Amino acid sequence: MLSDYIATVLGAGWISLQLAFLSLVLAVVLGLLGALCKRSGSRTLRVLVEIYTTLVRGVPDLVLMLLVFYSLPALLNQGFEAWGWEYSVEFSPFTAGCVTLGLIFGAYMTETFRGALQGIPHGQIEAAHAYGLGRIRTLRSIVLPQMIRLALPGFTNNWLVLVKATALVSLLGLQDIMFRARGAAEATGKPFTFYLLAGSFYLAITVVSLGALVWVGRRYSMGVKELSR
Amino acid sequence: MSWDVIADNFGRFAQGAQLTLLLTIIALVIAFVLSIALALLRDSPRWWLRHLIGAYTLVFRGTPLLIQLFLIYYGLAQFEMLRQSFVWPWLSSPLICVLIAFVLNTTAYTTEIFAGGLRHLPAGEIEAARAYGMSPWTQARRILLPAMLTRSLSLYGNETIMMLHATSLASTVTLMEITGVARNITLNYYIQFEPYVTAGAIYLLLTLALVGAFRFAEWRWAGYLQPRRG
Repeated sequence: MLSDYIATVLGAGWISLQLAFLSLVLAVVLGLLGALCKRSGSRTLRVLVEIYTTLVRGVPDLVLMLLVFYSLPALLNQGFEAWGWEYSVEFSPFTAGCVTLGLIFGAYMTETFRGALQGIPHGQIEAAHAYGLGRIRTLRSIVLPQMIRLALPGFTNNWLVLVKATALVSLLGLQDIMFRARGAAEATGKPFTFYLLAGSFYLAITVVSLGALVWVGRRYSMGVKELSR
Repeated sequence: MSWDVIADNFGRFAQGAQLTLLLTIIALVIAFVLSIALALLRDSPRWWLRHLIGAYTLVFRGTPLLIQLFLIYYGLAQFEMLRQSFVWPWLSSPLICVLIAFVLNTTAYTTEIFAGGLRHLPAGEIEAARAYGMSPWTQARRILLPAMLTRSLSLYGNETIMMLHATSLASTVTLMEITGVARNITLNYYIQFEPYVTAGAIYLLLTLALVGAFRFAEWRWAGYLQPRRG
């Protein structure tokens, strides 16, 4: 009886993981674009990215999620009505959660990637140009591999916060591990057991991610001189 | 657009903002005191103490705050013994539960920030304090804590903003802070846009005020860490 509930709760962990991975992809894309815009010569782009990161980091995750899930469709539908279109939009909790988390962590990734870009010595990029490498080739062979090493600590941190933030999407009604834990808690009258189970799931992801990223960090720091202590 | 609803309910938003600030400040003040004690013990020579504090910060930083809150508010009711005991009147109040969850959570983060600050103090400052014959207590009060706090200022500023934003979760256990008020108004008036935008704007203002306060604090007290200009 109880084991059925446990299986259901842990099974829903897959939904949480899917949400976390998809949001991470969106966040990395937005973060790279944001970092490149911040470093670009165009003043408009820089100001736009600045407004984006300030807005997203100034409002709580939960409120942003409610804004995307409830307010954005309401605004769009009012607009459609005003234009006389027979059309109405509605987001699923998964879409809204994914977009919101992508937007939020895109802003954090922008800062992380910008810092990493700054850490690459300018001479290396000039050397690449001198060797006749194109812009894309320079980005792929010189800049990106080093960015991975420099961005890794910030990236790890953002990923860990992102995984935990997926728990909020259960408040929109997504049937993730948190939602199922709540259901099982109410059905069995054992809330402590099931919230503890859900908590252990997140803790396990944190510990596994920390281990994996230490390994990746070692892989990408090969050949980097460390100050001797 | 029905912004007049927001204007009519301005008082409720003001009350919500008050509760948000109250929750943030109480949680931060208690957590600050606890974190300083825990940070000093984080690298203690006693291995069990080190590992105990390390395990505490790992568990509370490794799980979502929402789960911690639900564990305390809904979860504790599972234990008959606790329900019979004299602490139950407190533990069944959402306000107390929210504060316990917030304090436990932000203390875990702040402890690690402060412990990190202590690890990065220049060895010379501590050696000089010892050479002057300061007692451990005087060392902590005059050298360790001021040097650690000024170095941790920017990270601690981020943590206070995280705490301000985390108070929005209090709405999930019926408390009427800013997010709770916004939710309530959407349900009462069937409008989805204006209340949440207002809530977002209030949080943005509070965040910008905090950022400004910490910029000032850094300029005032941590200026000596910046390279001299001109």
